[in-house]
Amino acid sequence: MKIVVPIKRVVDPYAKVKPLADGTGLDVAGVKFEINPFDEIAMEEAVRIKERDPSTYTVAVSIGGPECEEQLRKALAIGADEAVLIETTDGLDASVIAAELVAFVQEVAPDIVLMGKQSTDDDSNQVGQMMAAMLGWPQATFACKLTPGVGEVTVDRETDSGEESLRMKTPCVVTTDLRMNQPRYIALPGIIKARSKPLAKRGRGTSASPRVRLTHLAALPPRPPGRKVASVDELLTELKSRGLV
Amino acid sequence: MKLLCVAFSEAELPVCGGLAASLGAEFDVLLVHGSAGAGYGAAQVMTLGATEAPTADVLAPCVAAAAVGYSHVVAVSSMATKDLMARAAGLVGAAMVTDVVRFEAPNRFVRPILAGSVLATVETLVEPVFLTFRAAGIVPAEAGSAVAVAAAPPLGPELATRVATTVRGGSRPDLAQAKCVVTGGRPLQDAETFERVIGGLADRLGAAVGATRAAVDSGIAPNELQVGQTGKIVAPDLYIAAGVSGSTQHVAGIKDSKAIVAINKDPDAPIFETADLGLVADLFEAIPEIVAKLGPKE
Ligand SMILES: Cc1cc2nc3c(=O)[nH]c(=O)nc-3n(C[C@H](O)[C@H](O)[C@H](O)COP(=O)(O)OP(=O)(O)OC[C@H]3O[C@@H](n4cnc5c(N)ncnc54)[C@H](O)[C@@H]3O)c2cc1C
Ligand SMILES: Nc1ncnc2c1ncn2[C@@H]1O[C@H](COP(=O)(O)O)[C@@H](O)[C@H]1O
Repeated sequence: MKIVVPIKRVVDPYAKVKPLADGTGLDVAGVKFEINPFDEIAMEEAVRIKERDPSTYTVAVSIGGPECEEQLRKALAIGADEAVLIETTDGLDASVIAAELVAFVQEVAPDIVLMGKQSTDDDSNQVGQMMAAMLGWPQATFACKLTPGVGEVTVDRETDSGEESLRMKTPCVVTTDLRMNQPRYIALPGIIKARSKPLAKRGRGTSASPRVRLTHLAALPPRPPGRKVASVDELLTELKSRGLV
Repeated sequence: MKLLCVAFSEAELPVCGGLAASLGAEFDVLLVHGSAGAGYGAAQVMTLGATEAPTADVLAPCVAAAAVGYSHVVAVSSMATKDLMARAAGLVGAAMVTDVVRFEAPNRFVRPILAGSVLATVETLVEPVFLTFRAAGIVPAEAGSAVAVAAAPPLGPELATRVATTVRGGSRPDLAQAKCVVTGGRPLQDAETFERVIGGLADRLGAAVGATRAAVDSGIAPNELQVGQTGKIVAPDLYIAAGVSGSTQHVAGIKDSKAIVAINKDPDAPIFETADLGLVADLFEAIPEIVAKLGPKE
């Protein structure tokens, strides 16, 4: 079984980042970057599949500038067999990322593309579905459990009102939700050791151009400051006076 | 601007109509589930008459075929529409924008990013534009008179087979639409305590129940109750967060609430920065006291 895991470099999801004053971008001075948490879960799951079935081969792939090597090294440390950086400084939107990943996937011919349901910076939740459409493959988004079979997989996925289980033939696209697993902790030495694993760099494989462009970023206007109440009585009086209870 | 609204059920039609009215746009509806009595201002409703919503692989070709002739194909944000719309956009080669909160121009939209801490303005460069939008702030349309009904384009081949479905829900209001939401976090200990304490207050208030990721992860609450960046986005008149620390990811889902009440025993909990009214107290004492003092429901 071959699994491709797309890996996005994102600003630390726990950092408080603000837009630059002119709204042209984010002020990321001094902020750490991480693997998109959902992609880390996808990588972890791929490695767990390999641990159960050693014939599994996993490829991590990222699209972006040279700095994405840092996240690919981490993916190798988690256990990816190989990493590929599609290096570009072009403006990218979900459709371009999807087109590039599709071209890559057509070359590598995996059984599963296992990836995050959304990136924590853009919160778009689009790339997996777009890829599946372009490839004509089945998809299972919001996955919380993946059970590989022979020529097929069964995926439990979260829905608006509960869960459902989908069975589909491979090749397919699966996007992960938070509850699929808890990624292992990788200490720095593990990341250094992963330096001996193969990491290839190449240019873009398509000339797809963006269909959506970011024009401005602004901080969310703050909520008016609230206040503390001293007791349940005061809380209820306040809520009643506002007609809320 | 000519809109096609993709709705999974009739319950989504009032906000679809409300959106179209606010944009002064003509619109038709593609309705997946059930039949439409009224159109909420739509010129035409295409129905599929499906008893159970088909999977995205089956539905997307139908949406893609139906999209011809429309400038915008829109749906209320939900897990189901995110699953479907991006796939259909991929088939059509459309521009796609997720979670629009403001329509500035036919090709310019505002959406939250980075767990709702930043508002991004994006410009779409091609038509059609596929988008999902947040219902908060949209005035629902009136039902209107009976609407012309047409058959939807055919469904695509089934690539994924649904082998099991678990639908929970029960009698409480739907989280995404509720006027009041009571949310519990990690300190609720177990499912029984969560249901008794949080569920008890919610039922007294006629509210929906929400949960943090920590509560869901520890099996205290089911996943569809998770509120936040990666869960549901709520916009009630009153949001009560009990035993919730107030992480950015959680707060991302509650910012559109009119009033936020926090009950937390730690006076420095970050939730107090977002709350309009904060009560520093042990929730296991405060909530029973609130329920008792509210008295029985009329
Ligand atoms: C990519 C990503 C996405 C995420 N998405 C979401 C999301 O959508 N939704 C979400 O909720 N989280 C999300 N999280 C997790 C989030 O970061 C927090 O870990 C989570 O919200 C914490 O939940 P909590 O407030 O219940 O728990 P805790 O942080 O443990 O807070 C518990 C609080 O309860 C208080 N407390 C304890 N006992 C009592 C008592 N007896 N009475 C009153 N107060 C008490 C404590 O003082 C504390 O403030 C996400 C995280 C990541 C990385
Ligand atoms: N630049 C990128 N490189 C590799 N994968 C990406 C990139 N951007 C997005 N993805 C993948 O697409 C998923 C969904 O992202 P999005 O649709 O942007 O929310 C992510 O979890 C990644 O797996």
